[in-house]
Amino acid sequence: MAFAAFATAEAQPQAPRKKSRIALFLLLPGILYLVLFFLTPLVSLVLTSLQAPREFGDIGQYDYAFNWQNYVDVVEAYWPHILRSFGYALAATVLALAFSYPLAYFIGVKARRWPLLQSLMLVLVIAPFFISFLLRTLAWKQILSDESFIITSLKALSLMAPDAHFTGTPFAVIFGLTYNFIPFMTLPLYTTLERLDLRYLEAGSDLYANPFTVFRTVTVPLSMPGIVAGTLLTFIPAAGDYVNASRDFLGGPDTQMMGNVIEANFLVLLNYPAAAALSIILMAAILVLVGVYVKRSGTEDLL
Amino acid sequence: MSGEVQAAAVLGGLSESEQLGEKRPGGKVRPRRIGLGDWLLPAYTVIAFVFLLIPIVYTFVFSFNDSIKSNIAWRGFTLDKWLNVCNVEGGAVCQAFGNSIVIGVVATVIATTLGTMIAIALVRYRFRARSAISLLLFLPMATPEVVLGAGLAAQFLAVGVAKDMTTIILAHTMFCISFVVVTVKARVASLDPALEEAGRDLYGSPAQVFWRVTFPLLMPGILAAALLSFALSFDDFIITNFNSGAVSTFPKYVYISASRGIPAEANVIASAVFLFALVLVVGAQVSRAARAKRLAKLG
Repeated sequence: MAFAAFATAEAQPQAPRKKSRIALFLLLPGILYLVLFFLTPLVSLVLTSLQAPREFGDIGQYDYAFNWQNYVDVVEAYWPHILRSFGYALAATVLALAFSYPLAYFIGVKARRWPLLQSLMLVLVIAPFFISFLLRTLAWKQILSDESFIITSLKALSLMAPDAHFTGTPFAVIFGLTYNFIPFMTLPLYTTLERLDLRYLEAGSDLYANPFTVFRTVTVPLSMPGIVAGTLLTFIPAAGDYVNASRDFLGGPDTQMMGNVIEANFLVLLNYPAAAALSIILMAAILVLVGVYVKRSGTEDLL
Repeated sequence: MSGEVQAAAVLGGLSESEQLGEKRPGGKVRPRRIGLGDWLLPAYTVIAFVFLLIPIVYTFVFSFNDSIKSNIAWRGFTLDKWLNVCNVEGGAVCQAFGNSIVIGVVATVIATTLGTMIAIALVRYRFRARSAISLLLFLPMATPEVVLGAGLAAQFLAVGVAKDMTTIILAHTMFCISFVVVTVKARVASLDPALEEAGRDLYGSPAQVFWRVTFPLLMPGILAAALLSFALSFDDFIITNFNSGAVSTFPKYVYISASRGIPAEANVIASAVFLFALVLVVGAQVSRAARAKRLAKLG
């Protein structure tokens, strides 16, 4: 796993050799690339977020300044979007976890006796990756549109009000986010559950614990690394996503998330400082949340 | 991200346990109690897979729709869209698809080269600033795409670079490197140092040992990383949208035409890519299983 992979870097079995010139040669191009195209852009983003409009300038013309007011302005203007982003992402993460855990348990534990079946099921889990993310989301939009079989049936059965819609609502956006990030949740869960030592579960039931207690006190704690990795892998992209919430996809005018306003400000309104300030807020909030979450779940060694 | 690394492992046809050469504990112990899970869990799994596959089947079925402009209502079966993919809108779909392929291949080659070099250095050499470098590799994976996209776009704007194919390739290479490092690193770490020692004992020069022993052994990991990079680049929309200017890619084409209706030709391309990837991966899995069986018979 990514998080674990970096953590284990220190404890390699092979004795690392000296020859630091070769190490430098191997590292330099890639690291330089990331400094140029990842770190510098972040600095650039911070600088842009503090820009002020040029005096008598056109739309989209800004000068470097220390205009901290940009941050106050975007929070005042877009606090509903900020709350929505984190609310929707949280809901999608919880739903994806509830959906994925039994699935990963079946693939990783119950299907151990049939390795071929196991690997074919893994292929099915990642199958959605092979088809365009946007077309998948549009397919759901059609399948759940007002004229669709599912929605008309629900209305005929009076399970939905006759004038209600599904697409364009927060539920549709959360549904789309959940669907799109399920593989990111299922795969890390599968990895930890696949290595779950079933003898621990037996020990639990030998000590007269009922299956639910065994699950709660043995299975879940042992699969915690997978749960933490899966929730992070779902939450982070979901909070920044703007495709599902877009009006042409599953969202409506009242479901716009931070990603949507960052896109609109940057690419349409050419209000670069506002877009940059929102991006910095999004990134900072995610880093803080992730830090607190990882600390509280007691899996610090993941990072 | 670990999910994608595992996706890469599946793509490359290696299971996690094979990579790390570990035996999973307690795999043979059978549960004694016959519980609810015996039928409930398999049933749930089937339903879950049906749910996961619904949009894929929908996209595939509607690639055969005899639609006129927008591809929403079913109007009858036709093979026409498959046979004349490039005829719609003056070939805009195919143009976008071609751009996506070119961007994906170039970004994959650069990212796989740079990432593999870093992975080897991280496992094999001791150097200072290791934790800073690990952080620098980890952060792009923990940053939301919209921030990566806006950051690069702000940078290109500040420097005054016009956005075109090159800026898209630069952006894609950036976010692929970390995934390559994670994928290849697992392979480097699982390499038996005795094999390289044997090469040196037989008077192989360092270059010979690397190209004749190390590199072929790393190949499955490098291949998996390259496939993952290509998949990430090919399906990326958010970062592309910020850094593409007027250049179209397949996901960008879909996003832009979503408001006026997607032509069935887009479904054709997506379905063809899906089938190609599926055949590739299932083939790799089946051949791996067959190999494992042969080895088991020999042992």
